Amino acid sequence: MSTATIPVTTTDVGQHARAARPTYAPIPMRTVMGVELRKMFDTRSGFWLMASVVILAVIATGAVILFAPDADITYDSFAGAIGIPMTIVLPIIAALSITSEWSQRTGLTTFTMVPSRSRVVLAKLLDTVLVGIASILVALAVGALGNVVGSQLAGVPTTWDMTVSEVLYILAGNGLGLLMGFTLGVLFRNSAAAIVGYFVYAMVLPTLSALLASAQDWYADAQPWVDFQWNQTGLFDGGYGPTEWTQLLVTGTIWLLLPLAFGLWRVLRSEVK
Amino acid sequence: MITISHLTKTYGGFRAVDDVTFTAQPGRVTGFLGPNGAGKSTTMRIMVGLTPATTGEATILGRRFSELPNPGREVGVLLDASAQHAGRTGREILTLAQRTMRMPKSRVAEMLEVVSLTDEEAGRRVRDYSLGMRQRLGIAAALIGDPEVLILDEPANGLDPAGIRWMRDLLRGYADQGGTVLLSSHLLHEIEVIADDIVVIGQGRVVAQGTKHELLEAAGTYVRATDPARLAAALVAAGHPAEQITGLGQQGLRTDASTEQVGEVALAAGIALRELRPADGAGLEEMFLALTADTQRDDTQGEAA
Repeated sequence: MSTATIPVTTTDVGQHARAARPTYAPIPMRTVMGVELRKMFDTRSGFWLMASVVILAVIATGAVILFAPDADITYDSFAGAIGIPMTIVLPIIAALSITSEWSQRTGLTTFTMVPSRSRVVLAKLLDTVLVGIASILVALAVGALGNVVGSQLAGVPTTWDMTVSEVLYILAGNGLGLLMGFTLGVLFRNSAAAIVGYFVYAMVLPTLSALLASAQDWYADAQPWVDFQWNQTGLFDGGYGPTEWTQLLVTGTIWLLLPLAFGLWRVLRSEVK
Repeated sequence: MITISHLTKTYGGFRAVDDVTFTAQPGRVTGFLGPNGAGKSTTMRIMVGLTPATTGEATILGRRFSELPNPGREVGVLLDASAQHAGRTGREILTLAQRTMRMPKSRVAEMLEVVSLTDEEAGRRVRDYSLGMRQRLGIAAALIGDPEVLILDEPANGLDPAGIRWMRDLLRGYADQGGTVLLSSHLLHEIEVIADDIVVIGQGRVVAQGTKHELLEAAGTYVRATDPARLAAALVAAGHPAEQITGLGQQGLRTDASTEQVGEVALAAGIALRELRPADGAGLEEMFLALTADTQRDDTQGEAA
């Protein structure tokens, strides 16, 4: 009988060498959306961009209380004043949510953790739409508060002269502006270019379009069918009929959907460096 | 396990990656060595789906990267430690990774400890990090999903000698537990210190691969003499081709002959030797220097052989 025991070499192979590694569940959409939403707030610049929504709403409300004649202390005035900064801030938020992945090169990490870029982009889109809706509702609430306070201070009756449909028009107008910012972000993948692009769209093109319309009769007739900005901002005045909706659809397809589709196609195929 | 087969990536007429084939085995640290611009980073980006390959395929654990349901749980990736939003804190960057991979919250603090970042440092914004701290953070992010495979591009960049030793020990331990590690470097010394297997790439092509042992073994004998030209001639006459090597400012010869044979040849020819030893990677170093040289260095080959 041999007493010699053969030394068993038990190398601690640890967790990695376990015969069968578990199959992992795919990352659910709500996780991607949650992370992308967090990324919109977790830097100083991102935080203040979001905070600016509330700050600008308060400033606009204060301005109406201070400077508007007593007869204009109505909810419509407050909502209108608040709406103007929104049309600038929301598209920038939307554009930056996309472009920061390239400008800050975080895409290297983002797209290795979630290789499906279309899911990341969709999550960002849904997040910006949610943030946009929430921002507008917060702004409208600030405006409502301003309306109550302002009418008390001015000693006029509090007037609620806004209908649900008007609110929906505002949401639609801002929503399309936000999508425009998002589209420019996807298209340029560069923060500066996307923001400049949005200002060209929102400030420069309308002026040129108006100038052309006043100089050329044929363009004045054609404008509603080619000028998306005209159709988009028209939503803030409301009262769209079938013709206006059709014009919005036609120009929206040309200015928004086609560039967005092209931009997405490039995002899915481009190299992330 | 990482399997790269016949991978090619062209940009216009330029072949950044040219028919690259190799595997990185579990339980081993594979060093991916090449000068800057050799195609290391491009190959690594293709592995993780950030760059589409022109032809060929890269699979990780038998699947393409894009087919992994939760890639961070299976492959830890660090491609560029500086590619982070400068305004995020280190802890926030790890939290984003932890949430995306659906790991428990405690993983963030654990990984900070593994890479020796203090609580105070983790609360700082990445713009205030040194490159070494960014590398540690990047390694923490790569490890957070407890993956089976690690892909690290130039992870030792910016680390001090103590940091390089720390990383060697970390990766050694990781590989000993059965993990697969692929790391790139443009410094032969780093790779020699850390890797078990070496893949050398130059101008998009694999020029040498094997275990570190094999590649260093093949190096032969290194010899220095007062009159290297005469010694070279004597070695050639004795049937041992020798090549001239310039390293650390000294002119030496490398030959496939053993140290004993070289000593005998020198004695017979009456040449005084200054140094005689196994080449220990001198051949690998020479090959590597040739790769980094902008022009072909046919001159050194010609006069020594």
